[in-house]
Amino acid sequence: MKPGSEAELAEAIGSATDPLVIIGGGTKPIGTPVEGESLSVSGIAGIRRYEPQALTLVAGAGTPVAEINHELARHKQMLAFEPMDCRDLLGTDGEPTIGGIVAANMSGPRRVQTGACRDYLLGVRFIDGSGRVIRNGGRVMKNVTGYDLVRLLAGSHGTLGVLTEIALKVLPRPEAAGVLLLTGLTDQDAVRCLEAALTSPFEVTGAAHTPRGLDGDPVTMIRVEGFEDSVRYRCFRLRDLLREFGDIDLETGAERIAAGWKWVRDVECFGDEKGDVWRISTKPGDAPSLVENLRRQTEVAVLYDWGGGLVWIKTEAGTDLREGCGDIDGHATLIRASVADRLRLGVFHPQPDRLRRISLGLKAKFDPRGILNPGLMN
Amino acid sequence: MEMPSADARILERRDRIISRLRMAAPGATLIHDPAETKAYECDALTAYSCAPLAVVLPASTEEVSALLSVCRSESVPVIPRGAGTSLAGGALPTADAVVLGVSRMNSILEIDTGNRFIRVQAGRTNLSVSDAVERDGFFYAPDPSSQLACAIAGNIAMNSGGAHCLKYGVTTNNLLGVRMVMMDGEIVDIGGAYADAGGLDLLGVICGSEGQLGIVTEATLRILPKPEGARPVLFGFESNAVAGACVGDIIRAGVLPVAIEFMDRPCIRACEDFVGAGYPDVEALLIVEVEGADAEIDMQLGLIKQIASRHHPVTVRESQSADESARIWAGRKSAFGAMGRIADYVCLDGTIPVAELPRVLNGIAGLSREFGLRVANVFHAGDGNLHPLIMFDANSKDELLRCEKMGAEILKLCVEAGGCLTGEHGVGVEKRELMPFQYSEADMEAQMWVKDVFDPHWLMNPAKVFPLEMSRTRRAA
Repeated sequence: MKPGSEAELAEAIGSATDPLVIIGGGTKPIGTPVEGESLSVSGIAGIRRYEPQALTLVAGAGTPVAEINHELARHKQMLAFEPMDCRDLLGTDGEPTIGGIVAANMSGPRRVQTGACRDYLLGVRFIDGSGRVIRNGGRVMKNVTGYDLVRLLAGSHGTLGVLTEIALKVLPRPEAAGVLLLTGLTDQDAVRCLEAALTSPFEVTGAAHTPRGLDGDPVTMIRVEGFEDSVRYRCFRLRDLLREFGDIDLETGAERIAAGWKWVRDVECFGDEKGDVWRISTKPGDAPSLVENLRRQTEVAVLYDWGGGLVWIKTEAGTDLREGCGDIDGHATLIRASVADRLRLGVFHPQPDRLRRISLGLKAKFDPRGILNPGLMN
Repeated sequence: MEMPSADARILERRDRIISRLRMAAPGATLIHDPAETKAYECDALTAYSCAPLAVVLPASTEEVSALLSVCRSESVPVIPRGAGTSLAGGALPTADAVVLGVSRMNSILEIDTGNRFIRVQAGRTNLSVSDAVERDGFFYAPDPSSQLACAIAGNIAMNSGGAHCLKYGVTTNNLLGVRMVMMDGEIVDIGGAYADAGGLDLLGVICGSEGQLGIVTEATLRILPKPEGARPVLFGFESNAVAGACVGDIIRAGVLPVAIEFMDRPCIRACEDFVGAGYPDVEALLIVEVEGADAEIDMQLGLIKQIASRHHPVTVRESQSADESARIWAGRKSAFGAMGRIADYVCLDGTIPVAELPRVLNGIAGLSREFGLRVANVFHAGDGNLHPLIMFDANSKDELLRCEKMGAEILKLCVEAGGCLTGEHGVGVEKRELMPFQYSEADMEAQMWVKDVFDPHWLMNPAKVFPLEMSRTRRAA
């Protein structure tokens, strides 16, 4: 089914009797596999309101992210949270939609400075599991009227409601960018180096490390964005600050910088390789020892983003990485694996019993018949 | 404003409830003498008050748990209280309720500058969190005007903002995790010292739930490295509308100031008389602050002054020293106090899309004439969060009623302009009955589902946020 309006979508859900698989652009088959009739939101598309002077944009949930990016670029603005494009990593086609991004709360490298996708949501409209239209938030920057269902819906993967409209806060697009590059650092040193950069006043907007860059050597990347003079100044100061970590190259070419951070954002290093892909969110300083511990047990490939707070890990298919991690301060999500392995290992990190019961309780309230992506987040 | 009448069955069991509370947490401070509970009869919304059945001030999460278990088994409503600075009546008790205050729980539990977080007990005051990391070169970003007194617990309950959230966001954007006690006494940990808690974003819905889902006893907060410097520039304009248009142009130009504050003539005069900030004699004034190294500040302020010049400001004053910056801010920060010297006032908190500033300000001026009450405007212009102060005489019943009516009309105007009833103060009891202007029944029902799940018997701060009629059957169950 592909309804063309919110009313049609509400009708389709209200009259459905069997489970529905909610699809935006179909580029992110993330979650425990669900069986059911597919319901596409891509027919509810288009930018409905864009006020550059207020930094706000309202769009139908099915609007392609590319269309939004294009429109924002015309006004020298951007989506602050640098959403990931999963097509390479997951081997999918289709067109990423803003609704899909929000439903998965997908944030890229800039999250380390500016915040997550959920931090830029001003309001949503969605259809609950009974086919009712529900609105929460609005299109203003500050709003504490009633409970914040906006954030509850973000990252709920279509299990509580189907998003139909999204109001976003956007940001000015930086005039320039500069990237400091260090090579040959151990994971430990790299994360210490990123920490030094992130705890400086220079507003680092990207802090990543790969133990195996394009040339095969470890590369540590630190990005600064802003007005051109400011970027020059901040790169200079950071270079001085990070001197103890070795020689530092400075990249200022806009295209090379964009390509480099897309590589990080989209986890391109694991794109055409076989194996399962896990995404671990943890305390940044804990990341190297966590990886070291895993390396002792099994073969892993690693990409650190968010200064170490986000660790992408590729393992041999079917490996239970959570067991290997032990007790971590954070959580591990199985992003890419076969249907059988996703069912066996569980996609989302197990929650303490009370939180699990709260989540199930919310699901039962918002979708009493259990027809919206049932079981996807179990 | 109506509150539910006290449940006689609870009042009858008063002595038993008090003795059970004492036994459950012998270390907690227990107040039940009516002469002393009076101190907890209201928060900063002083127009409404009611002494509670008892007040408990526990010293640990475990004590909170034990006390809530008693309240749950006795079906006694619980009113969570931080520092009692709510302007919306969020901590207003009823006579059959137990106030549970977290003010004694104010320790720092962990500071980790490398991983950029601090973990504190939730009774700690907002400013003292920043103070604790200041010498390490960090700060905690949300800075409500009451930051000297207000508690992190209340900041989380109301999702508080402040003057600097244009750049740094509000509480929900700076909160990483909480330890919370559920109404039945169970202790849960949500999120932690890492980005994005797993599973559904429960942290996101707890923040801003006005103390209706549980009692937050500990919080993990993001801390940020302090910028190298900051400097304000002050612009005077000949009309509110021109100042409003200038705000939009600054934001559109790609500079993101850390704050853009607006004051109109009545407010400027009051502040000038109060602290002598050196403000010009103009219709409207903007304070725009940017951050960075000196050269970066010069560049950004240069751009901002260039944009402002297109709106023909009557005054342009860029701070030349730390002392001057402090003076420019002193006026703004004392605005509420300065207005208090002139008259009693009610402080509103609607938010509107920035583009609507000129129109809404005109509308407020019209309502001021219609109701015969003066209004002063002081607000966070960059994010459209208005704080119209309606002046009235608290000794006149008629003026209080007119003031309440006019406040409701201003908030309706904000909603009609595409905005909302409250940007950072919360709904509490003050705006509870206005909720239907912004939300449909289905919208509010969905919010109440969340409370149903966290607190099925509606014992936690029950008569707040939702119109009384809408929550009646749930509260009675």
